[in-house]
Amino acid sequence: MEAERRLSLRICEGDCAVLKRGDVFKAVPVLRKRKIIFEKQGFYLDNAIGHVYGTTFEVTSDGNLQPKRQVEETTTETKEAGTDNRNIVDDGKSQKLTHDDIKALKDKGIKGQEIVQQLIENSTTFRDKTEFAQDKYIKKKKKKYEAIITIVKPSTRILSTMYYAREPGKIIHLRYDTLAQMLTLGNVRAGNKMVVMETCAGLVLGAVMERMGGYGSIIQMYPGGGPVRAATSCFGFPKPFFNNLHEFPLSKVDSLLCGTLSMETLPSEPEDTALTEEEMNGLVDEKQTSVRGTEEESSAETAMEINQTEEQERMDVNAEDAEFKENKERENKENVREKQRKQWERRKKLTETAALLREKNADGLLVASKFHPTPLLLSLLEFVAPSRPFVVYCQYKEPLLECYTKLRERGGVVNLKLSETWLRSYQVLPDRSHPKLTMSGGGGYLLSGITVVLDKGKSDSSNLEALKMEEPSSKRCKVQDLCC
Amino acid sequence: MSFVEYGDTIKDGDTAIVFLGHESMFPVKVQQGSVTQTKYGVIRHSTDLIGKKYGSKVTCSKGGWVFILHPTPELWTVNLPHRTQILYSTDISVITMMLELKPGSIVCESGTGSGSLSHALIRTVAPTGHLYTVEFHQQRAEKAKEEFREHGVEHLVTVTNQDVCKNGFGVSDIADAVFLDIPSPWEAIGHAKAALKAEGGRICSFSPCIEQVQRTCLAMEEYGFTEINTLEILLRVYNVRTISLQIPDLGKAAEDNSSAGFDSSNPSNQGSPGTNLQQGVVQFKSGVPLREMVGHTGYLTFATKSLF
Repeated sequence: MEAERRLSLRICEGDCAVLKRGDVFKAVPVLRKRKIIFEKQGFYLDNAIGHVYGTTFEVTSDGNLQPKRQVEETTTETKEAGTDNRNIVDDGKSQKLTHDDIKALKDKGIKGQEIVQQLIENSTTFRDKTEFAQDKYIKKKKKKYEAIITIVKPSTRILSTMYYAREPGKIIHLRYDTLAQMLTLGNVRAGNKMVVMETCAGLVLGAVMERMGGYGSIIQMYPGGGPVRAATSCFGFPKPFFNNLHEFPLSKVDSLLCGTLSMETLPSEPEDTALTEEEMNGLVDEKQTSVRGTEEESSAETAMEINQTEEQERMDVNAEDAEFKENKERENKENVREKQRKQWERRKKLTETAALLREKNADGLLVASKFHPTPLLLSLLEFVAPSRPFVVYCQYKEPLLECYTKLRERGGVVNLKLSETWLRSYQVLPDRSHPKLTMSGGGGYLLSGITVVLDKGKSDSSNLEALKMEEPSSKRCKVQDLCC
Repeated sequence: MSFVEYGDTIKDGDTAIVFLGHESMFPVKVQQGSVTQTKYGVIRHSTDLIGKKYGSKVTCSKGGWVFILHPTPELWTVNLPHRTQILYSTDISVITMMLELKPGSIVCESGTGSGSLSHALIRTVAPTGHLYTVEFHQQRAEKAKEEFREHGVEHLVTVTNQDVCKNGFGVSDIADAVFLDIPSPWEAIGHAKAALKAEGGRICSFSPCIEQVQRTCLAMEEYGFTEINTLEILLRVYNVRTISLQIPDLGKAAEDNSSAGFDSSNPSNQGSPGTNLQQGVVQFKSGVPLREMVGHTGYLTFATKSLF
């Protein structure tokens, strides 16, 4: 255990790592001889392998990484500063170095630190600026010219921050503090049996997996052909974490609840997946089904940003190694059998997952999807045991208002709460502390509550609360149509 | 029952939450032969609680009824006996995520206070992690110990009665994360650094005043912490209401009124029974912010202990 922990501290080939520069993050797979583009800079990760996570590197002119130790303070020379800006005129000529000069310096491979020094020396107004303004100037230039990258281990904190900043659309604008609320309100912890329905690229799933630490089980409900786990794969979870991760197609929920679920008619998934597999030139076959999480990532959009073409090429090269070529001849014969075997396996997994859901004793439900939350909640809550929390995320408030009303009509829930969090960051510096100039306009809304035993046949289970609430009690629907 | 594991039925010795209705609840220690008074009448533990399923509706002596809920750190937070000011779930959520806590994490906390955060931390780091919590107030430290025992989590927590600013956390090179909620956190930053693992970790300090934050940030920088970041999180709760707005009488003919007035109403509500135009009234659902909300709890300052 200790040895394992020590090992996981080091950057290894094949790891999922996160690059950090200032406040910008990017998740990348650690591979040799693979150029990474980050913040307009190209470099290779080869040298980083073997170093401890959290190490800061400097990009050298040939695109390699060099570990950087403590940042030496260079600006210890005699400080000279103005008191105000009454005599500073913006004539656009204060910087004596031209654009070409700077480019030449960069091309010569001069260290970023030195370029910044040159810029300061060649700025005619620098000495007249106030101390604070000088600080700000240096900070700005350092950010631009000093290429310092820290490699960190992925976590929910880092990945949710990264996704919210880089690709909010892919996680339906679920801000990281909202995700944090979901995990807490849902009492997500080791040993739970959780039902998760998300269309957040697998980020919510990953966050739940991290909090459960491989203990307990998770059933991921998915729309379409299969669950998307691009973000999940960025976490770099150990294999055992996937042993108790199940998935169930949303399109089968109704028949499962009605007891008409037939294993003969599988969802459209097998055909779909088979098609993608062929398109992927058997890439998926190789990896086998044991590592479900990382497998799906290759067929769906990848968070690791496969926008660089060489990355795509590499993947193809990987797939076409010797073993694959041999297989190709036998493929036609084996293909049919292989497909059958897979179909059978899929069916077996589906049966198992259906059985887990049928127990209707899940310890919680988390929903964060692009779909209307009401039908999801009304159905999926059936799988949750009494006295368990549930949390629904929606980017918009209005659908949650409706969901709230419908849940009240249904009964079987208490402590319903519609909420939102505001997040404000601060600049804290001596004599210059204030809230940051910009803050996020919205991170979505949450509807949370706790399940209780549902009175079948009677619809009054909510009147305890309704008495104190505003809802007219006239339009309460019966519950019998929810389950057969 | 345990705060770190769900149980299906209520047992003797459990801490259960009696839910009376809208935001009104209280904790009860389940004991054979014991009774609890509510405004709906008496609950007899032996017959009404023990052996029943969590989440059940329990009918009280006067015919009214309540729900009995399984305890969670979140329910405990809103029901616990206050010995100090406490942290609420909104801040706790962010603290837990930003400190990167998960099963197996080792956390140091000070002060223990009323144990609101402690319960949430224990929940998250269980079953393999541990919480070392330091409280300089002897009575509070003992009370916390007692609660942890009652809640079945004593094996996951060590309570130490000492001054964290003078004596530290009593452990070194062990923690993945440190949390400080004390009046002068800057005096404990050095101890926090020592408690954190050599390879690094995360720290969080909670302070209500910006001057405290100021000094804490300086101390963090001095001790070589990086990624220093201060933030504040505010919870906005909305009441779901059906609102009726009267349509003004502009002297138009009655038929006109019905068509023009409708178009301006919220289209998403069409078809729902509430939108009927009755005597020149338009109804819609709204999330109405509470009349008063918590405007400030404290600033949360996070930082990373780096390798170098």
